[in-house]
Amino acid sequence: MAQYVKKDDDRDEEAEYSPFSGIEKGAVLQEARVFNDPQLDSRRCSQVITKLLYLLNQGDTFTKTEATEVFFSVTKLFQARDVGLRRMVYLIIKELSPSADEVIIVTSSLMKDMNSKTDVYRANAIRVLCRITDGTLLTQIERYLKQAIVDKNPVVASAALVSGIHLLQTNPEIVKRWSNEVQEAVQSRAALVQFHALALLQQIRQNDRLAVSKLVTSLTKGTVRSPLAQCLLIRYTSQVIRESSMNSQTGDRPFYDYLEGCLRHKSEMVIFEAARAITELSGVTSRELTPAITVLQLFLSSSKPVLRFAAVRTLNKVAMTHPMAVTTCNIDMESLISDQNRSIATLAITTLLKTGNESGVDRLMKQITNFMSDIADEFKIVVVDAIRSLCLKFPLKFRTLMGFLSNILREEGGFEYKKAIVDSIVTIIREIPDAKESGLLHLCEFIEDCEFTYLSTQILHFLGIEGPKTSDPSKYIRYIYNRVILENATVRASAVSTLAKFGAMVDSLKPRIFVLLRRCLYDNDDEVRDRATLYLNTIGGDGSVVETDKDVKEFLFGALDLPLANLETSLKNYEPSEEPFDIRSVSREVKSQPFAEKKAAAKKPTGLGAPPAGPTSAVDTYDKLLLSIPEFSTFGQLFKSSAPVELTEAETEYAVNVVKHIFDRHVVFQYNCTNTIPEQLLEDVTILVDASEAEEFEEVATKPLKSLPYDTPGQTYVAFEKPEGVPAVGKFSNVLRFMVKEVDPSTGEAEEDGVEDEYQLEEFEVVAADYMLKVGVSNFRNAWESLGPDFERVDEYGLGPRESLKEAVSTVINLLGMQPCEGTEVVAANSRSHTCLLSGVYIGNVKVLVRLSFGVDSAKEVAMKLAVRSEDEGVSDAIHELVAN
Amino acid sequence: MEFCPTVKNILLLDSEGNRVAVKYYSDDWPTNSAKEAFEKAVFTKTQKTNARAEAEITMFENNIVIYKFAQDLHFFVTGGDDENELIISTVLQGFFDAVGLLLRDNVDKKEALENLDLILLCLDEIVDGGIILETDANVIAGKVAAHSMDSGAPLSEQTISQALATAREHLTRSLLSV
Repeated sequence: MAQYVKKDDDRDEEAEYSPFSGIEKGAVLQEARVFNDPQLDSRRCSQVITKLLYLLNQGDTFTKTEATEVFFSVTKLFQARDVGLRRMVYLIIKELSPSADEVIIVTSSLMKDMNSKTDVYRANAIRVLCRITDGTLLTQIERYLKQAIVDKNPVVASAALVSGIHLLQTNPEIVKRWSNEVQEAVQSRAALVQFHALALLQQIRQNDRLAVSKLVTSLTKGTVRSPLAQCLLIRYTSQVIRESSMNSQTGDRPFYDYLEGCLRHKSEMVIFEAARAITELSGVTSRELTPAITVLQLFLSSSKPVLRFAAVRTLNKVAMTHPMAVTTCNIDMESLISDQNRSIATLAITTLLKTGNESGVDRLMKQITNFMSDIADEFKIVVVDAIRSLCLKFPLKFRTLMGFLSNILREEGGFEYKKAIVDSIVTIIREIPDAKESGLLHLCEFIEDCEFTYLSTQILHFLGIEGPKTSDPSKYIRYIYNRVILENATVRASAVSTLAKFGAMVDSLKPRIFVLLRRCLYDNDDEVRDRATLYLNTIGGDGSVVETDKDVKEFLFGALDLPLANLETSLKNYEPSEEPFDIRSVSREVKSQPFAEKKAAAKKPTGLGAPPAGPTSAVDTYDKLLLSIPEFSTFGQLFKSSAPVELTEAETEYAVNVVKHIFDRHVVFQYNCTNTIPEQLLEDVTILVDASEAEEFEEVATKPLKSLPYDTPGQTYVAFEKPEGVPAVGKFSNVLRFMVKEVDPSTGEAEEDGVEDEYQLEEFEVVAADYMLKVGVSNFRNAWESLGPDFERVDEYGLGPRESLKEAVSTVINLLGMQPCEGTEVVAANSRSHTCLLSGVYIGNVKVLVRLSFGVDSAKEVAMKLAVRSEDEGVSDAIHELVAN
Repeated sequence: MEFCPTVKNILLLDSEGNRVAVKYYSDDWPTNSAKEAFEKAVFTKTQKTNARAEAEITMFENNIVIYKFAQDLHFFVTGGDDENELIISTVLQGFFDAVGLLLRDNVDKKEALENLDLILLCLDEIVDGGIILETDANVIAGKVAAHSMDSGAPLSEQTISQALATAREHLTRSLLSV
């Protein structure tokens, strides 16, 4: 008790420390009347302003009247000649952000200060005035601002330049007139003036590529004084490099020498900025990377946490694209696993997971196990994500990694963390068939003691789909039925659905499942009872061993192939009447996202090592999309979708690319169109396809795009019929045809009348590789042996003189469109021969394996031996034909 | 595309996470409650770390937060997640050292509140609307002190004159050393 009393005493004492204890807005506003005294007490006024600022800073707000009152009395203080007080006056005016009619009251006083002899007044008056002013007033003071930019006092010049940067957002046309003065300020001897001038000048000229390029050219040769300005220049330089690399493909990268030179700058800030810029160059080569990696590696062992963090974060990013380049840092990286700063440790771990090789996985996992116990959930999630991608990279290691995941699944953790683990296990089960049984059992054990309803239902759903397909489905029933006994209604209901799925799929289990489902009829929740009744009736067979009806399976397992948003709108529009709601009336068209929404989505978090969006199966998404279009719904299973092929140059009026969807008897071209002109709305967009150079194809359907507003991509489709199962090839030329309507940019409304127009697109080809699915195998030798030599075809080819062995290998891989296995697509530098292993699935679901042996002679003549094994003789021959042509 | 290095906010909190002085330059936190929530979260996340000898760093809601503690004061500077960490760190160091100079190395909450006007002026001199104005602690403190030169001592007469003395002393020293 005594202790408590003492504590209270302490607190009282502590409160007395603060000069603001017991401060109250009303009282302070009363005090503010001293501003109106005829005899001003500067010291007291300063104190009152400080109190007002304190209140604002603590989050107190003034009503409009209060703010106006304070503002008016503050303006009186311009009479005082006290510098300190004047500074406080400037501060409070900025905080009060007065309205336009109030601004006029102080304008003259501030303009007087702007021309004062005291530098402090000039600099601050400029900042205040520019903060509160509007466009009309700005023209009045423009002359003074231009003068201030070239003022010999650096503080004044900086104040004007920084204000210019802010004003450029609201009044660009005025600020752009200052570029001569700003240009002069760039040459200033004062370091920070140069920095601010450089920032403003670039923003004024950002749309003039040539000007920025000139600026960079002159400054990279000259002297830049402050590290901040140097960082800025590095950023501009990278932009220039980005834009120029598009034009000149050959030769050295312009300005690379400048960036590399900055790696030897004396300021760490500049070194880091340059290193980061180099790692972010598009298509950076390992020779270009090396010096940047070297300085970052030095930073890794710095005593400053900020430096270590910056370096490891950058290396982590590099590891995603160039894992080999980062391996030199592995030793330093490993010592960071025990770093006090957990952000650094996590980044180090995930980098190591990306750069590690198969043999190091076990050792690394041991280190991580110790580390996992003492970090926060958010870091654990990052690690879990990294482990998932590692597992997909080294499928043979799934036992170790799955074991690790199931261990951490058993430990304490929040929802997001558990969800990340469950998601990872599910992904691994999907991708690695061998992992399925053990993975499902881990999940089963998890739901035996899972506090999160969402996760339990998700897992039950997944079990319902995967469980019946396993070798012994009955062993999962116990876990599922336990849910019916032990859990809340939501989980019970989904357990009932899962049981029904087992019953429908596994005929031998049906009688026993029936017994369990009948018990559920007595559940005290009506949803659970309803589901049980429904399933008992639909599965049918009265609990005897019979085959389940196809329609029932469809009902149980078929996904709702409607966009939920459309279903929702239709249901809302439905008026209760005699006529029942018809689900077929729901539109299947996926509405394109409005522009604003899309922008928000693009700004999605990319936090600490946030995993790059997982490789969602593109075919899956396309498949759903195409099936939802009635014209194409009869084409059957989608075999393959190609990567988008650009049909327009970059930065043209309309950007169009095409995705080739291959079906058994059809080909669908999906044209993704983007309108890049804000003043135009396109309607009835179609593509005219000339297939005269593709004899085996016959156009069967087109699906026009109704409207294509600015910057919102839309799709139009053209479908062709082709001989079944035959890899027909051909060339297609395309014309974009549409109705164009003018749009008023201020209102965004389109005019009534439009004009028909056409736009020539580039042509593209359907090639043999389009009929080949990239499907990897984890053990090539086993797969090769198991296919056997029955349909093996071997032949040798001369490829003629080639630039390099590497180039020859990648050309052949691209030609065949197959998945390189076991990293054999990488050709060691200077090697004279190379063997490459490829695998894929050819149209008609025929598994194909290819073994390529390359050799190169001194004249760079490349010879190749091609050995093909497949499940079909014809296909083996077809592969040879591909290469022969 | 934004090139200019930008600061999203500067926070000075006490050892319980309460505000001493804060300044926001970004619209990421539109309301006072959003700001307070951010401060609380950042404070909780960092309070157990030891950021006394060297500035520490963390990632938070897609921001980089760099921080340093002195006695019962916690200094934070926040920047976007694609910002150069070392630039943000320089701003923090400038703020931290300038406050040290202005409070004559008596860097604690009591002293900071008694000289809140100096702290607020100091913030005003470091960043303007997110753009870095100055990072050299001597220059920042010099400017703040120069403003108060002619005024009668504000809240605490003693400390301010002391602060001035130190600031001037440091200034001369830095001038001599150049």
